[in-house]
Amino acid sequence: MLAARSIANLFRPPVYSADIMQQADLIGVGSLPIVALSGLFTGVVLALNSANTLQRFGSLSLIAQLVSVGMVTELGPVLTGLMVAGRNASGMASELGSMVVTEQIDAMRALGTDPLKKLVTPRVVSTVFMLFFLTIISDLLGLFGGSIVSTLMLGLDAHQYWSSAWQILAFRDVFTGLIKPLLFGFIIATVGCYYGMSARGGTQGVGRATTQAVVAASVSIVMVDAFVTKLLMAIFGNR
Amino acid sequence: MMGAPPLIAEKTAPTMQENAGPVIVFEHVSLAFDQKIALDNISFQLDRGETKAIFGVAGSGKSTILKLSMGLLKPDGGRVHVLGTDITDMSEEDLFAIRRKIGMVFQESALFDSLTVRENVAFRLLEEGDVSRADIEKRVHEVLSFVELEKTVDLFPSELSGGMRRRVAIARAIVNKPELLLYDSPTGGLDPVTSNTIIELIVKQRDVSKTSALFVTHRLQDAFTMATYGFDKKTNHMQPLPPEARANVPMCFLLLRDGKIIFNGDAHELAQSKDEYIREYIS
Repeated sequence: MLAARSIANLFRPPVYSADIMQQADLIGVGSLPIVALSGLFTGVVLALNSANTLQRFGSLSLIAQLVSVGMVTELGPVLTGLMVAGRNASGMASELGSMVVTEQIDAMRALGTDPLKKLVTPRVVSTVFMLFFLTIISDLLGLFGGSIVSTLMLGLDAHQYWSSAWQILAFRDVFTGLIKPLLFGFIIATVGCYYGMSARGGTQGVGRATTQAVVAASVSIVMVDAFVTKLLMAIFGNR
Repeated sequence: MMGAPPLIAEKTAPTMQENAGPVIVFEHVSLAFDQKIALDNISFQLDRGETKAIFGVAGSGKSTILKLSMGLLKPDGGRVHVLGTDITDMSEEDLFAIRRKIGMVFQESALFDSLTVRENVAFRLLEEGDVSRADIEKRVHEVLSFVELEKTVDLFPSELSGGMRRRVAIARAIVNKPELLLYDSPTGGLDPVTSNTIIELIVKQRDVSKTSALFVTHRLQDAFTMATYGFDKKTNHMQPLPPEARANVPMCFLLLRDGKIIFNGDAHELAQSKDEYIREYIS
């Protein structure tokens, strides 16, 4: 219900553009450091671990392809989603939960404003929009992390690394990697807002809602990732 | 007692004279939460210009009546009419139009803690969207003068005392000159001096603006003060009324017990009641 109304509200005035921008700043710009760091180091770790195996088969040159496909289709979207879920689903649940238990949500309704339109829809729109771009940044930094390991530690040519990483990516990889953050963003915001708006029982209830929001959003991301991956494999076929 | 500032509400509630019917009508309203009965088949009405004080021990259903009047809760049975409209089965979307004609002061003020006093008070006008920035600023200044808090415009609610927060909540409730005001324990948890300040503001709003109001409280002395005092525009203070003038005060009392109305009448009738529970309650 909440998810459906948050989308329907987009087509019913008023549209709270200022609130959308503010949330985009909080969610997108605010999450940038953790997303950048996690993306970068995931690329580094992916390159380090795969180098070990690839070296055994004499296929070290494939490292760029492995990091590229791994980051773009799977690790970039999922890790960015989990990072943003940890940071923002909890933030949304605690902020909205506090507003519920202090009657601020009732006050907003009493003042003639729809809290779903004013509070939930901007968070959903901003999270979907910003997670999309955060994932792209994470992917790029992951590839950059892989290039550092490949060039500085394994002695591979940087130009060869980047051209291999680019050439291996097919339309379906990019499509898979970009459709996931849209779904994950929607899950993070609706789950965070749902637990916040249904918080009961004072500060303890807010704490409970916050924990539940992070757990539910994280588990949902991993589960939806599995379903989407399988679905897209069925549509596009295996590599 | 505070010195009341210049009056702002002379032109308040222009529709009051036009609409003669009752402002609120409850018809056999019942509501339960998880098997616990909050209201049990209650019926009453609030006439235009009247203030009705609602009493009862904690959990007797006082705040529930306010939330039903605002459409924040739906009754399990019965009908609720507000400002001539049956709101019982109204959708949330349709209720917003009715709610814009009602001001509500919540028990713990319920100010938006991330907004300044100015933004809190102006919230409703900003949301309505058809008022210019200059007019909003002017109106915010007017209502904050009314509650004597002009200097707090840029402060956040966390920087205000409990009494100041209640006064800001009153300013927010009256900013668009509502036809009906709902006060949910506006003096709860306040010291006697601050409580008196709040009561004076409510009396001022009642006598100057003639706004209809439901006033939930568990402090009997607040309601008796309201029934025996009137606002004097010359001194800008409320003054005790002579006994013969008290009958003209548009104030009555409603006493709840276990979700049922056990008294509905004026101060004189309440004082004369022979009911044992009522006598004990008012003693």
